[in-house]
Amino acid sequence: MFPDGLPESLLTACYLAAGILFILSLGGLSSQETARRGNVFGIVGMALAIGVTTLHPAIQSPWLMLVAVLVGGSIGAVMAKRVVMTAMPELVALLHSFVGLAAVLVGIASFLHPHGDLASTAALVVHDTEVWLGVAIGAITFTGSVVAWGKLRGSLSGKPMLLPGRHAMNLAGLLIIVGSGVGLTLVHAQIIPAPAEAGVALLLLISVVAGLMGLHLVLAIGGADMPVVVSLLNSYSGWAAAAAGFMLSNDLLIVTGALVGSSGAILSHIMCKAMNRSIWNVVFGGFGTGESKGPATAVEGPQGEVNPIETDELVALIDDARSIVIVPGYGMAVARAQHPVERFTSLLRARGKTVRYAIHPVAGRLPGHMNVLLAEAGVPYDIVLEMDEINEDFPETDLVLVIGANDIVNPSAQTDPNSPIAGMPVLEAWKAGTVVVLKRGMGSGYAGVENPLFVLDNTRMLFGDARDRMEKLVSGLGASAAA
Amino acid sequence: MRIGVPRELAPAERRVAVAPDTVPRLIKLGFEVAVEAGAGQSAGFSDEAYALAGATVVDRDTAWACEVVAHIEPPGVRPDGTHEVDGLAAGAVLVSLLDPARNGELLQRIADRGASAISLERIPRITRAQKMDVLSSMANIAGYRAVIEAAQHFGSFFTGQMTAAGKAPPARVLVIGAGVAGLAAIGAARSLGAEVRAFDVRAACQEQVESMGAKFLKVNLDESGEGGGGYAKTMSPEFIAAEMALFLEQAKQVDVIITTALIPGKRAPELITAEHVAAMKPGSVVVDLAAATGGNCALTRPGEVATVHGVHIIGYLDLTSRMSTVASRFFGQNIAHLLDDMGGGSKLAINLEDEVLHQSAVVHAGQLRWPIAPFPNAAPLPAPKPQPAAKVEHGHKPAPTGPSVASRVGGLVGAVLLALLGVFAPGEFLQHLTVFILACFVGWQLIWSVSPALHTPLMSVTNAISGIIVLGGMLTAGSGEFDAAAILGAIAILFASINIVGGFLVTQRMLRMFHR
Repeated sequence: MFPDGLPESLLTACYLAAGILFILSLGGLSSQETARRGNVFGIVGMALAIGVTTLHPAIQSPWLMLVAVLVGGSIGAVMAKRVVMTAMPELVALLHSFVGLAAVLVGIASFLHPHGDLASTAALVVHDTEVWLGVAIGAITFTGSVVAWGKLRGSLSGKPMLLPGRHAMNLAGLLIIVGSGVGLTLVHAQIIPAPAEAGVALLLLISVVAGLMGLHLVLAIGGADMPVVVSLLNSYSGWAAAAAGFMLSNDLLIVTGALVGSSGAILSHIMCKAMNRSIWNVVFGGFGTGESKGPATAVEGPQGEVNPIETDELVALIDDARSIVIVPGYGMAVARAQHPVERFTSLLRARGKTVRYAIHPVAGRLPGHMNVLLAEAGVPYDIVLEMDEINEDFPETDLVLVIGANDIVNPSAQTDPNSPIAGMPVLEAWKAGTVVVLKRGMGSGYAGVENPLFVLDNTRMLFGDARDRMEKLVSGLGASAAA
Repeated sequence: MRIGVPRELAPAERRVAVAPDTVPRLIKLGFEVAVEAGAGQSAGFSDEAYALAGATVVDRDTAWACEVVAHIEPPGVRPDGTHEVDGLAAGAVLVSLLDPARNGELLQRIADRGASAISLERIPRITRAQKMDVLSSMANIAGYRAVIEAAQHFGSFFTGQMTAAGKAPPARVLVIGAGVAGLAAIGAARSLGAEVRAFDVRAACQEQVESMGAKFLKVNLDESGEGGGGYAKTMSPEFIAAEMALFLEQAKQVDVIITTALIPGKRAPELITAEHVAAMKPGSVVVDLAAATGGNCALTRPGEVATVHGVHIIGYLDLTSRMSTVASRFFGQNIAHLLDDMGGGSKLAINLEDEVLHQSAVVHAGQLRWPIAPFPNAAPLPAPKPQPAAKVEHGHKPAPTGPSVASRVGGLVGAVLLALLGVFAPGEFLQHLTVFILACFVGWQLIWSVSPALHTPLMSVTNAISGIIVLGGMLTAGSGEFDAAAILGAIAILFASINIVGGFLVTQRMLRMFHR
């Protein structure tokens, strides 16, 4: 029909449509009811964008790309099918790294084979700047995400790796990247006479240095800050895509990159606020290194001892409670306890008890991670509440069951101005009648902060593996119902 | 190791030191439980109930001859002239209330038997020991019961009523002393519907009182009554005068006064004078929880109800015995916690290095330890609260009245940059920049409306759509030439496709799980 490819105007119209579909797709996520339709919009937009691009006049032979799409698509499909919900943070981090890698490759390819008219020096300078910026952001995203992936999987230690002089190293890296970028532009525009290969070499140097910076930046960030890091890398992957759009003069890439970039930026902002820390503190601070805080007041530290509880006693407590709030944390995800927790919930609801969930914004390793796990297990989403929705209900709650969470229920965030987590908004579980904390042992949370909640008079500790304990509790409740 | 639970001697004492529901717990700790026949009768526990719980029912002397003896009241002389503690075995441990300050002779008698004695009222009020603190658990019961007794003698409703037959205002209750008993009384009176106010010399009580739903009364004099160990200290004469004036004012208004003011080791302070009682309306009630140590009310007659000017003054000494079932349960649980802390049935020992036992073991293996030297690092008085001024300093700066210098400079720099771009950059770039900036604004507005519960699907869907970078790969790979750029492009396509397909599918999978 179009032997010379689609006319430019039709192509642009289709890209516009795809861009609108992407916006609708993200807009759909404002509520659970519209979310699935939103995802379909996204798929349609993507299919449209790829479909019309195969008819782009610049494309002579679609075969190579078809093979690549098929292979990549099948790998993606298998990954999406196999991933367990507890491993979502890893998958997300891995997918970020792919965007980063693709941006680097596209950048280099575009440098080798520029599109459009670069006759004027100004156009050339702008294009080259777009290229090296895009490549640098892409490389940081790529290696940073790979490290984040490793940390989330547990194959890399969650502890921050703090090299001496790390700020100086970051600064040096940044200077090398900017210097090489400017040099590359000058070489390419033949303001500085040099062989063409020098430009390519500089671009490769930028990729390598930016890659090392990505490694170093994320290695220096502790496990508890992973929600922020993953959000931040999400943002970077968007900016990398937008940069690629600039170099290829493609508005759809620019729009999509900007959407993704601001999405990640907002998520990072929300996560930082939930931890009462600035983004700079997360990225460059290194948590728990005590750089600016005084020592935590010893008097306020936990004195006294924990009061353990056994499952049979807990069953009796639950029998007496009318309203129960469950606070899940990363420990629930690690133990994969969401299914017994769901059975526990439905048993109690069947007995007419009010059961709700309180989700802290940074519970888990990914924004919204707990919601996904609970949804997977089949917990109705209308009993899963945000921190602000439920915090004032704790005084009227009979029993709070904290499953594998620590820092997000730590009262010293409010009481101890010297605590490393001072000022962080927390779930005020201690205001409830009784708090039962299900934990593997007495270790402190990721922030490495002692938790005075554990030794309060109305707190009982249930030690053990979350999944094992919840299963015992479910069978104990079944027995008490039968009796 | 056997725990003996003898029957209490005093006829007015209707509690028992261990209730049947504590027996399995003690057995789990490695004890055998031997209960004197009929010990639980007045608390509502039959011998069969004990046997069913795993205890053996024994005679009196066997119960007293066990290695551990759990008791409530300080032991005394039986009608037949024998002394209860003479039945203790050498090396045995008696766990009981002993009132060591007044019972020196009793302690000597226990020491002569070669036994040990733990005085339950001596257990320090530290967080760790709260689970063994019988004074708190009994005070809680007494505070509740005080309200019930007051209601019994009060001729009207506690809660306000408005009926066709007339209306009754809610009872006004004044609770003096906001310790455990006072707070329990506030809670009980509130739940009966009364309007409650409370007074305590310790300012720290205000929050607790208000959290129970009562109004906290204050005198206009600044003096802290914090006396250490959770008790109040004796106040200055000026303070007492102001306090008396306040009570007189209150006495005219309220229907019920419940007093719970105790000073350890001293006579209870006299807070309600005859003048105050005379100011009260006839039919009002005073419940004096300090009757055992002299009473907070001048007209209290210990153990009785006195009626003066139509005001009933209740001085019962056995408020906890009037709730003997629950009181026995709580008492037994406190004892089980204590024995657990001492090592349980297999390793029971009196470790004097432990603050709890250092303070409470008044007789140790035949040695009298009374009076006990203070524990080396006993909890000091809490330091005065630091002024919260420090927080203000590095906290909020006063809100600026106009745009800050930084934002002005930022705006200026932005304007200059835009102007430079407009002059030098190619037109095409500016078009793209327009699209980019607008898209950033759209994205910023859009993402704020995303429900936090869907943040994970949001990330995976943005993963998918950022795979749009596939277009970049396609444009470089599809040039028809088979060079380095084409190969790089193809690899980019491959990875971007993983993102697109993987991202959308996993989002779909997640969203399908959300249901109401």
